[in-house]
Amino acid sequence: MTDQEILSGLAEIIEEIAGTPADEVTPEANFVDDLDIDSLSMVEIAVAAQDKFGVEIPDEQLKDLKTVQDVVNFVSKNS
Amino acid sequence: MSELTGTKIFGFGGYQPDKVVTNDDLAKLVDTNDEWIRSRVGIESRRVAEDDETVEDMAEAAGAKALAASGLEPSEVDLVIVATCSPVVPLPNVAATVAYRLGIPAPGAYDLNAACAGFCYAIGAASDSVRAGSARNVLVIGAEKMTSWIDWTDRSTCIIFADGAGAAVVGPAGPGEPQGIGPVVWGSAGDQADKITVTGRNGAITQDGQAVFRWATTAIAPVALEACRRAGVTPADITAFVPHQANLRIIEAVARRLGIPRDRVADDIVHAGNTSSASIPLALSRMAEQGRLQPGTPALLVGFGAGLSYASQVITVP
Repeated sequence: MTDQEILSGLAEIIEEIAGTPADEVTPEANFVDDLDIDSLSMVEIAVAAQDKFGVEIPDEQLKDLKTVQDVVNFVSKNS
Repeated sequence: MSELTGTKIFGFGGYQPDKVVTNDDLAKLVDTNDEWIRSRVGIESRRVAEDDETVEDMAEAAGAKALAASGLEPSEVDLVIVATCSPVVPLPNVAATVAYRLGIPAPGAYDLNAACAGFCYAIGAASDSVRAGSARNVLVIGAEKMTSWIDWTDRSTCIIFADGAGAAVVGPAGPGEPQGIGPVVWGSAGDQADKITVTGRNGAITQDGQAVFRWATTAIAPVALEACRRAGVTPADITAFVPHQANLRIIEAVARRLGIPRDRVADDIVHAGNTSSASIPLALSRMAEQGRLQPGTPALLVGFGAGLSYASQVITVP
């Protein structure tokens, strides 16, 4: 899977869970500050990412994933 | 072997204490605010029982209403099950006292503790009892005084839990009537028992909110789906989805996973808070009062919570 594929998959997930239009999900976007996504939505996103990419993102890991690129990197590294 | 008796629900009843506690009220006790609570949990206000108002009082009030809605006389009820995890004392149980107060003559009576899954567990048990011939008509009540187990300085819990009761009457389906209570799907995850606990005899409810959120948003939809399958319906057939009113974000996430449109989803938590085993029957009774339920159609119930435990079934709306 390329980073671009992960990014667009993630954008789909974020759009479904948080309602953010997919084109606003840029790599440098910060979940809390730019996308208004709180820790509960992060859990939902992590679960959906696990379904889509087969990569588990445990709760302890989530708090270190601050930007969209952080998640892309995590998925890429662990898939 | 003769066929098992069919069962159905005859009516609902609900009770909330008079005292309203708003998010602004709580913001005076702990570091929180109305906007945060609404977005994080979905609650706008909840009810808190008076100091001298007991689980028995609330159970009796809801039970009386359910009996009236069902058209049954107290003397026709021979089993009372009270789902509760918040009795003040371990004995006598709530059910026997409430049965007596309601004028139900010497029925079987027991309390059932499956925390927030309690009502669905109790409906399953009630239906099985009628089907097997152990009871004729069952009064099932979910009643909780959660606030008596709350630390009012803990902002992660005191904003969530509240008091109330709801009830339903379970009895035999008429000859030729389809089965009105689907097979219960119940289970537990005791490996995660430490996620929602009470900290000792005089303690308070504590929970690992994030872990519970993750569990609820992943493990519960499949349980509800299985309950649909066993009842021979699909989520598309469901006209009312009434999950335990734990947190509006959880409710919406599970509904989304099941593909059930938001306008069919109970959101009673907004003005009731999380009343544990009372939440499902309280929501049902209020939806019935507001004409939001379609008689004769399938409604999907799923309770989940401390244990961790869960239970789900499809019921036909009376």
